[in-house]
Amino acid sequence: MAKESEIKLLGTIASSYVNRVQFALNLKSINYEYIEEDLANKSKLLFTSNPVYKRVPVLIHGDKSICESQVILEYLDDIQPDSHPLLPPAPLDRANCRFWASYIDTKFFPLYDEMRRTRRQAGKEAIKEQMIEATRLLEEALIKSSNGKAYFGGDEIGFLDVMLGSCIRWMKFIDDLNDFDTFDEVRVPELGKWAKNISSHEALKSATPDKETLDVFFAGANAHRPPYDD
Amino acid sequence: MEKVKLFGTWSSPFVKRIVWALNLKNIEHEVIYEDLANKSPELLKYNPIHKKVPVLVHNEISICESLVILQYIDETWKNTCPLLPKDPLDRAKERFWARFGDEEVLPSFFGYVMKKGKDQEEAKETTLAHLKRIEQLLSEKKFLSGESFGFLDIAFGWLAEYSHPLEVVAGLKLLDEDSFPNLCAWKDRFLEIPAIKESWPDQETLIAKFQESKDGSGK
Repeated sequence: MAKESEIKLLGTIASSYVNRVQFALNLKSINYEYIEEDLANKSKLLFTSNPVYKRVPVLIHGDKSICESQVILEYLDDIQPDSHPLLPPAPLDRANCRFWASYIDTKFFPLYDEMRRTRRQAGKEAIKEQMIEATRLLEEALIKSSNGKAYFGGDEIGFLDVMLGSCIRWMKFIDDLNDFDTFDEVRVPELGKWAKNISSHEALKSATPDKETLDVFFAGANAHRPPYDD
Repeated sequence: MEKVKLFGTWSSPFVKRIVWALNLKNIEHEVIYEDLANKSPELLKYNPIHKKVPVLVHNEISICESLVILQYIDETWKNTCPLLPKDPLDRAKERFWARFGDEEVLPSFFGYVMKKGKDQEEAKETTLAHLKRIEQLLSEKKFLSGESFGFLDIAFGWLAEYSHPLEVVAGLKLLDEDSFPNLCAWKDRFLEIPAIKESWPDQETLIAKFQESKDGSGK
């Protein structure tokens, strides 16, 4: 097991990508020091450890830094393969995880920032249609990969559970402002049940920001990447 | 015998990297060339979500997204020519830079070639900044993966193969030897790798293809 001072996580508590890494660290019982970044006033450590993107999360292990949440998750699996492995062993199942991880981060999760920035109702409705389609696909993916069990990973929380699970809170925050329910149990029964279930798991609960924190983050996002002009 | 099929186009850099990986590992495969303006029912069946190439079909099961496919190939045919390194930190670095390449460098390079006017100027500046980072990665290294080539070289292979055709179409030299000595040396080394050299298409054909795309884009 890694020593506490050996692993540091640079993050902001409101960020789903940061929560994702915290969720993984918690599952793997890896001790770490958490360092909160003020995104309006980025630290020298952030600039030196992530010179390319200058964003969180950054995992610092000794004197090395690892950036991008999905890369960090795979790194954690590589350094602690026996402690709650996230990726499954078979290459095809791993490919399936990586495919859906890419889908979540490039096609699904960005819809929520689009929703935040879109003011016109017609635009919002169009985004909702995309969210409905995305959850339809993920419902199918969950049914296929869970094999009747509770998680994408089967009996145990796996890679996709962490990738998507960490997004639930922010999605709900945006949903509440837009009269929508991403994980509606009528529309997507399995995904809805899954979302409720995983949100209450201790390893994710302790990596989930509260409403006040999200309100501040939301205000910051509106200032930094404002809604589109109509 | 295992059945491996690759759906692709002959000019796509994302398809090419899969051809390279299959050839490097001596994996017998069939390439099915798609007309993207008229996608086959098979392609739509194997990649219903994105409807894009490349798609690898292995024993009737499809794998999509080129970086996902590369890792699948590496993990399935792991005894010949391993692509990703063993060390976790090196693996993380290669995964990070491969994503950076696909998300930032490739789009800006291709964008620079296809755009015009002010957009082209901006794309040029962005591309040069990105290339400087890759140049730095190559300092004191023969390949992006280190002493010998690997995953990251395959991921950036498009830069070796496509940069000259793209430069001709743009009418400007981006990858010049004074500004990017490491990249230019790497480019030559990469293209000399036998499995890469043998898969190298005719440069004139690539130039014609990109010129056609640029003229057709009307931007």
